Amino acid sequence: MKKLFALLLALAMVLSLAACGGGNGGGDADDGQGGSDGANKVVKIGVFEPQTGDNGAGGKQEILGMQYANYVQPTVEIGGETYDVQLEIVDNRTTAENGPSAAAELMNRDVSVVLGSYGSGVSMAGGSVFQEAGVPAIGVTCTNPQVTSDCDVYFRICFLDPFQGTVLANYAYNELGVTTAYTLAMLGSDYDQGLAYYFKEAFEGLGGTVVSEDFPEGSANFVSYINNAKSAGAGVIFAPVSTNYAQLIIEAAAAQGFEGSLLGSDTWDNNMVLESTVGKTVHVDITTFYQESGSEFDNGIKEWINANADAKTNNGGNDTVSAVTAMGYDAYFTALEALKGAGSTDASAVLEALPSVSYDGVCGLVEFDDIGDAKRDQAYIKTANTETGAWDFVKVQGVE
Amino acid sequence: MQAILPYLINGISVGGQYALIAIGYTLVYGILRLINFAHGDVFMVAGLVMVYATAAMPFYLALPLVLAVTVLLGFAIERAAYKPLRSAPRMSVMISAIGVSYLIQNLAFYITGGVPQPVVNPIPWISGNIMVLGASTKRVTLVTPILTILLVAGLVYLINHTKIGMAMRAAAKDFETAQLMGIKINAVISMTFVIGSFLAAVGAMLYFTNYPSVAITSGGMPGLKAFVAAVFGGIGSIPGAVVGAFIIGLCEEVIKGLGYTTFSDAFTFALLIVVLCVKPTGLFGEKVTDKV
Repeated sequence: MKKLFALLLALAMVLSLAACGGGNGGGDADDGQGGSDGANKVVKIGVFEPQTGDNGAGGKQEILGMQYANYVQPTVEIGGETYDVQLEIVDNRTTAENGPSAAAELMNRDVSVVLGSYGSGVSMAGGSVFQEAGVPAIGVTCTNPQVTSDCDVYFRICFLDPFQGTVLANYAYNELGVTTAYTLAMLGSDYDQGLAYYFKEAFEGLGGTVVSEDFPEGSANFVSYINNAKSAGAGVIFAPVSTNYAQLIIEAAAAQGFEGSLLGSDTWDNNMVLESTVGKTVHVDITTFYQESGSEFDNGIKEWINANADAKTNNGGNDTVSAVTAMGYDAYFTALEALKGAGSTDASAVLEALPSVSYDGVCGLVEFDDIGDAKRDQAYIKTANTETGAWDFVKVQGVE
Repeated sequence: MQAILPYLINGISVGGQYALIAIGYTLVYGILRLINFAHGDVFMVAGLVMVYATAAMPFYLALPLVLAVTVLLGFAIERAAYKPLRSAPRMSVMISAIGVSYLIQNLAFYITGGVPQPVVNPIPWISGNIMVLGASTKRVTLVTPILTILLVAGLVYLINHTKIGMAMRAAAKDFETAQLMGIKINAVISMTFVIGSFLAAVGAMLYFTNYPSVAITSGGMPGLKAFVAAVFGGIGSIPGAVVGAFIIGLCEEVIKGLGYTTFSDAFTFALLIVVLCVKPTGLFGEKVTDKV
């Protein structure tokens, strides 16, 4: 009996291994099909995004934008030849530890250019691998300055944390009229800590006071943090955290009856965060890259999401267009522009062509400065409508 | 008083949640001398089942289902992973428990896609807000400690005044002699897992009503802290686990309230080390008597 049991277990293990192998095989077969569809040559664009972990939800939405862009524009003209564009998607699992191996996987697949990642820490971790391989990367929504400043091959199409933090500080101080702010960031997260720091610097520069606190990874109970903010007399809580914690913070703030405003960064522009505000007495303001406006792009992608069950699940079960999705869409076309400019699928040629790319995307004009950062001087501020469950546009805010 | 009241209320509530998990550790340890590392993950699975069940069916069906699935899971784990190792060295069972823990986490990873699942339909009434002496909080914060005390009282009655309870005490005292006296040891052990899982399921409902997002690692921290609580109170002792859990919950929240938020977790684990060094049997722990 015992032996039989052991045998069964062993069999189950072998089968599961076989299933994994089969799964990979299936994926390869798919890829092969994509290439052999037409007679065209194939150019590979790597997608370096989290699909699991704390940032999994955001990463999936960013990929959606790229997939939709690939659906809209599946081919590109390079040096007089038409190439099919193939997305090579890997999961960097949110954390910096897993970044390098995922990045190396992309290098093995021989991609011409990489898009991503959502989350700055993991982008930095992957950056060194890209640099070694000489493959250019286009950061989509990684906002920490070190992503591009410490890595020659990294470019990015979004604004930076010093800018974002300053925008929010200005908004809180000038528009909301708040003089005491409370910041809450996760320990060990480059993104959180960076933004909290820049916000604090800007807010104190304006004449306000800031109380800063950190929470350990894996926290679920934010009640005491909210109470700390209340007893510090803070008018706003600025929490540049990942979506999972954002939901929990909103919940705790509503339960504790926090009357001020919750300020969020671009990570908060997410359907699940939005849904967690519905029916609660909370006030949530965020900065982001994009505001839905019923444009051609909005309608097109909504239709595509609604027609595609997987896409809808990855978008959080509805068709609200997240800013990161729009940014993913722009990143894809920026990459195509670079490929066109390079006239070759060679990574080093693309790297040379990238600095001179100019592309007018749905989120605004993309042009790079000397460091490789996009020249952006405006952010959208949106507020969560707790009745309709949608983002209401507040204003476009720059830095004075 | 007004300033620290929210922290105290919250601390007692957190303590109640830890207590419900800690009892699972302490019961199993009392009888099998096994630290059931998979217990935190059973707690997480209860949360996940709650997410899916409450989204699909009304509450009067969903909540019993959560209890049933969790109890079944606890029972199945014991039968599949621990029972075949009954005569193996204790270390083998422990390693098996660690294996089960990772197996459950990875299965949950497969099902959820690794993305934290929000509780979209929180249990009504207890997820509502109330005012306590001028401080706003969720009703579940007050319900948790009361429910915990009631359940523990029930459990103590069960152990002291029923036949199965007597069998459990006998098994805890001397495993082999109990067997010789005709106690169906497997039934007793299964029963402890059923009770432990049941309490973990109740704990999960309260916990995930308060913090409505279930990640695959959600069981990790509460599980570890409940384990520390069980050791602090004296592992094997039910009142010890409950008292330990309330003390740890309160300390954690008060430390956060004092502004040392970064150290709230570190405190719990530092406490574990201190207790093990200074008083290894914990607050209410049994005296170790060599039976040989």
